[in-house]
Amino acid sequence: MNDENDGLDAGREAFKEEAAELLADLETSLLELEEHPTDEDLIGRVFRAMHTVKGSGAMFGFDDIAEFTHEVETAFDLVRMGKLAVSKELTNLTLRARDQIRTMIEASEGKATVDHAASKEIIDALLLLTRGESEQFEAEREVEEEMAFAAETGEAPKHATKEKNLSVTYRIRLKPHAELFITGTNPVLLLNELRQMGKCLVIAQTDGIARLEEFNPESCATYWDIILTTTQSVNAIKDVFIFVDDMCDLHIEIVDEEGEYDEAEGHMRLGEILMARGDVKITELKKVLGAQKKVGEILIDAGIVDESHVKSALAEQQHIKEIREQRQKADSTASIRVPSERLDKLVDLVGELVTVQARLSQTAAESDDGVITSIAEEVERLTWELRDGTMSIRMLPIGTTFSKFKRLVRDLSIDLGKEIQMTTDGAETELDKTVIEKLNDPLVHIIRNSIDHGIERPDVRESAGKPKMGTVHLSAGHSGASVLIKIEDDGAGLDKERILKKAIDNGIVSPDAELSEKEIFALIFEPGFSTAQTVTNVSGRGVGMDVVKKNIDALRGVVDIKSKKGTGTTITLRLPLTLAIIDGLLVKIAGEIFVIPLSVVEECVELTKQDIERTHGRHVSNVRGALIPYIRLREHFDIDAEEPEMEQIVITEVEDKKVGFVVDYVIGEHQTVIKTLGRIFKAIEGISGATILGDGTVALILDIPRLVQTVERHDAVAVDMAV
Amino acid sequence: MAATAISEATQYLTFKLEDEIFALDISKVREVLEFSSVTKVPRTPEFMRGVINLRGSVVPVVDLRLKFGMTRTEKTVNTCVIIVEVSFENESIVLGALADSVQEVIELEPEKIEPAPSIGMQLRTDFIKGMGKRDEEFIIILDIDKIFTADELAFAHEATQAAA
Repeated sequence: MNDENDGLDAGREAFKEEAAELLADLETSLLELEEHPTDEDLIGRVFRAMHTVKGSGAMFGFDDIAEFTHEVETAFDLVRMGKLAVSKELTNLTLRARDQIRTMIEASEGKATVDHAASKEIIDALLLLTRGESEQFEAEREVEEEMAFAAETGEAPKHATKEKNLSVTYRIRLKPHAELFITGTNPVLLLNELRQMGKCLVIAQTDGIARLEEFNPESCATYWDIILTTTQSVNAIKDVFIFVDDMCDLHIEIVDEEGEYDEAEGHMRLGEILMARGDVKITELKKVLGAQKKVGEILIDAGIVDESHVKSALAEQQHIKEIREQRQKADSTASIRVPSERLDKLVDLVGELVTVQARLSQTAAESDDGVITSIAEEVERLTWELRDGTMSIRMLPIGTTFSKFKRLVRDLSIDLGKEIQMTTDGAETELDKTVIEKLNDPLVHIIRNSIDHGIERPDVRESAGKPKMGTVHLSAGHSGASVLIKIEDDGAGLDKERILKKAIDNGIVSPDAELSEKEIFALIFEPGFSTAQTVTNVSGRGVGMDVVKKNIDALRGVVDIKSKKGTGTTITLRLPLTLAIIDGLLVKIAGEIFVIPLSVVEECVELTKQDIERTHGRHVSNVRGALIPYIRLREHFDIDAEEPEMEQIVITEVEDKKVGFVVDYVIGEHQTVIKTLGRIFKAIEGISGATILGDGTVALILDIPRLVQTVERHDAVAVDMAV
Repeated sequence: MAATAISEATQYLTFKLEDEIFALDISKVREVLEFSSVTKVPRTPEFMRGVINLRGSVVPVVDLRLKFGMTRTEKTVNTCVIIVEVSFENESIVLGALADSVQEVIELEPEKIEPAPSIGMQLRTDFIKGMGKRDEEFIIILDIDKIFTADELAFAHEATQAAA
């Protein structure tokens, strides 16, 4: 009993997970479908997603979800059968339905409540839409049918389609007897029916048509070559022709089958195809193969086959090539699901291995033993490979996040009465899973801001001579060890004066402050700042952009804004590739070793006692004429030990500010596996984590931006008190 | 309060701080390590000796002697780090506690344990689970969860406030 319950619970969990994925896929498909309303693949994807949600929902006792989804699925079944056209209304409703299903799943966890009225409303609207449209469609169809008074050979089987059936490519040659028309059969209808079964290519062969003077319009002289890729059985194809069985010659052959791994052989040669069809004899083929021209051309030149046969064979070749390519693509992206905790565990283990390996290398180097050294080198090489491999497992393309924003842009622009399109590029750029997750919120805020404050209303845009449709462009790409994510809009741009005025009004900056353009733009990230004249429900409450800054800081990233009034704003996020391992610079202060992230280090210079005297004890140094303030880590960390005669300054640059850090000695670079210090130390400012050195001791990683902030604040207080 | 907590024979790990014998419930103890090097974390109180590497994890180490108002633990051949698991803000965290020497694992019947007297201990009684008696010696049984409560470890906030 208990076991059963456990099984069911596990099943329900699995369903929720699966559903979440399906719903995400559904959203993407629907948005794409909006752009390409006739794409059958997309329609199929939408239908399948619905179908699966319904099926597994019912299986695990989510009856309400199954019932609701059924209605939506029905609508898409009509679309799939060509009885209902994809319209903006339909996608709108389906998107709403998708959200409703999500709410229902959340409700089952007690996280949300279901608005049953909304469910009903969606279903009613869908019913109205399907009834109205399909009736109209049906009517048209009936007229057609009457004219042709052809015997319909039954519906394309709908639920007979097994979702996971393998697709097979058939070559069908339909050669009707001359008297076909006499019985009133319209072969076009048969062909249309085939088209509904899958990806279908029809080539009409007209070589049998007599010259005009001998032409008899009542006899059928055309025949057809059809290449059909379908998941349905050969019987289903034969069923299509069941009523014309005795009036035509029908050849059905399988030319390509999923699961039949003959990729190595490549696709059939043109000559082979023609031969297999019986259009060319092997002797004829051999005769012409000596020439250098393409087989097809030669055959035509030789008058053995006419052009249309070759074309048809070529089309088959192309078709099969496409199908195979598609399948290979699907195969290569085949994946397994692994709980992320297991991955995290793996990364931890690799981190430990890296540490142990560093110790081994150090010991080996000290031992002077050739055998140990070579083993250590081998282990080192393997460890790095393992490390890179493991890190790459955690890498995900950012594209999934991008597609989520498509929906956001679409919904928001409708709400705000603006016309905005979102374009993306670099969706395949890979980022650490955790980074992607934490990137979501900042991106939402930035995009909302662009849409709400950046892009103008259509009429304003027109009068400014811009296209009515605004654009938000989201792009991602690698740049060294970081990833750049850009959010560009072609809106009104940031208004420097207004930002400054607002900041002064809010007391964020003093009225006499002299700020550079960059500093002014950076003000929008201050907490409690919003320049929107009116507060909309989208943004303007002054929360948001400070979240962006905070989250990006937490990811050890940097935000940069560029904006030109009237032409748009570009916000660039620079993020580290991974959170687990960084390049660090090891420095020593009185026996303690610290790590400074190499990404912020500019250079290292020396600091002698004379230099200190020359600046009268003020913490500034002169580096090639530039004045750079420095922080004495020894003092800041209360390390009481005599400083050496000559110290070193590590100059860092954070947000265009150069600050030096005085240390005793710079040791060198180090591949730093980041370990958290744990909850106990979470409030310590200036330390972001720890790492384990080659000799097994722990070194602390400095949080340079936080250190600078702390010292700035501290100094400001000290100066205030002195005044 | 202490008497109700201890109702059946339990195993304890005994260790010395200066010359006194203390004990910890063995179920809280993960392992005992030799004390080698520790990395001091700046801007933390004196009793936080720093962090050590425990097979790849960074674990904080606390000087129990300083915590109990004794002198700082000096490193000798017998100095050990007792790795304990403490529940901290409803989460289990791993901590190291310095001991001058680790003695043995003993089993104590509940009747051999008395509640700590409320005076004369020179030690906060809420840190003590009970007083065990063995031969003519007293063993102070510590309540490790109480020693490392959120309040006790909230030094970090104090430290930063003091600095500001």
